[in-house]
Amino acid sequence: MSEAPRSVVRTAVPRLVVTQDNEFWFRAAREGRLEIQRCADCHTLRHPPAPACPECRSFDWDTVESSRRCTLHSYTVIHHPRDDAFDYPLVVGLVDLEEGTRLVADVSGVDREELEFGMELEVCFAEHAHGEILPRLRRREKREEER
Amino acid sequence: MTGGGFSGAAAIAGIGATEFSKDSGRSEWQLACECVLAALDDAGVDAAEVDGFSLFTMENNPEIAVARALGIPRLSFFSRIPHGGGGACAPVQQAALAVATGVADVVVVYRAFNERSGHRFGAGPPPFAYTPSTDQEYRNWINPYGLLTPAQQEAFLAMLYMHKYGATSEDFGRISVLSRKHAANNPKAWFYGRPITLEDHQNSRWIAEPLRLLDCCQESDGGQALVIVSTERARDLPNPPAVIRAAAQGVGPQQISMSSYYRDDIDRLPEVNLVADQLWRQAGLGPAEIDAAVLYDAFTPMVLLQLEEYGFCGLGEAKDFVADGNLEVDGRLPVNTHGGQLGEGYIHGVNGIAEGVRLIRGTSTNQPAKPIENVLVTGGSPVPHSALVLGADG
Ligand SMILES: [Zn+2]
Repeated sequence: MSEAPRSVVRTAVPRLVVTQDNEFWFRAAREGRLEIQRCADCHTLRHPPAPACPECRSFDWDTVESSRRCTLHSYTVIHHPRDDAFDYPLVVGLVDLEEGTRLVADVSGVDREELEFGMELEVCFAEHAHGEILPRLRRREKREEER
Repeated sequence: MTGGGFSGAAAIAGIGATEFSKDSGRSEWQLACECVLAALDDAGVDAAEVDGFSLFTMENNPEIAVARALGIPRLSFFSRIPHGGGGACAPVQQAALAVATGVADVVVVYRAFNERSGHRFGAGPPPFAYTPSTDQEYRNWINPYGLLTPAQQEAFLAMLYMHKYGATSEDFGRISVLSRKHAANNPKAWFYGRPITLEDHQNSRWIAEPLRLLDCCQESDGGQALVIVSTERARDLPNPPAVIRAAAQGVGPQQISMSSYYRDDIDRLPEVNLVADQLWRQAGLGPAEIDAAVLYDAFTPMVLLQLEEYGFCGLGEAKDFVADGNLEVDGRLPVNTHGGQLGEGYIHGVNGIAEGVRLIRGTSTNQPAKPIENVLVTGGSPVPHSALVLGADG
């Protein structure tokens, strides 16, 4: 897959809708961190972000940083229609993060023949449409502490 | 009345449509006016008697524009349901509630658009997607990663469903083949006289795996309208009433438009199940009493999932239920006898409600030989859902 800058292409991807509820998440992403919103009262994690906890209705929240380790819950390979912000066929995954919440992101460097439910992936960060730095999924690399 | 409430109080007395095409050559506003007049003509009701309109979102023609163009002098009821095709059956519920409570006497429901020659939903996010609001905030979590169209957004569910239950692309394809077979015998259908084989389906190109081109409904220009009056009034009108036995809406837990990906089982549709429970309770019947169904088929996998959520077969069993021929015209549950949105036209589900009415009247071009007492008609999924049970009078 080419790594051309995405900030200059014509795309149908809408601009992010950044609100007081989700601004923390996009800011962390720009800094290369994957944060997950956590209820400050009952500690339930939630994603996508929202102003209240669906478990206890508390408006108080903080965040935890994700390990970015995840497994593939489901996926699709997109062929049509094509948008200039992506390379096709485009693999998009829905993953279960180690912390328990899910996340959608495009998958880089995995051929469609290699896709398997439950396969180990990790979240990295890359430039997306409109120059936004957002999650991307790739094969999990063995890290020092795991060897 | 059965089951209390508004069940049985109102009926669909008129249906009317424009032709279904790929380029209507006229305005959406004109299409709306034409189909409304056609439905009123079918009902034998004068336009000046209309006192209510009930619509669902993604309708570009406001009721006041149609009322103005047609010289309808007074409206005492007008409503609009959100969530596009998921809401397709909900305006009929609104109409039935208004008629049952005396808020309005003649309520018209319509959908009219140039969805093929104008903006195509399958091409990318619709114009309103670019308005930054909480309504569109959900796009933050799908659009930037390439999930831009409904087919792409449904693919996760379909892929997991196949993995869980061993369903295959051919199982989805059988829905497409069935719809095209029905459309081939319906002169109003875009695909009239053009059936396909399972091989054609398997040879069609990928759109968003596991969906192929022939798993996706066509995109159409056209308009379809319905006229709702009290059942009592409908008995004096030219056509047999299609009595609204039940009508319901549903939103499930942690619902997100097209992308409820954060539930335990993303291949289940709890909002559909919620609608089903209400329908059976209101109408005082269950899936065994449903003689035919019009199931929303923007994409084939949702027909399988809906068969299961409505209880026509068990979880994971829809592929066998379909393969065994149950959905054929002479089967246990004839489905999408007009050809569905895959075969007749994509009028956002409202043309399916008209087919439900024809099945009750006995005038479908693929009318089953058996008596049709009760027909289920459903709206789209995986979005907030709606559905109806239409019944024969008496
Ligand atoms: Zn909480």
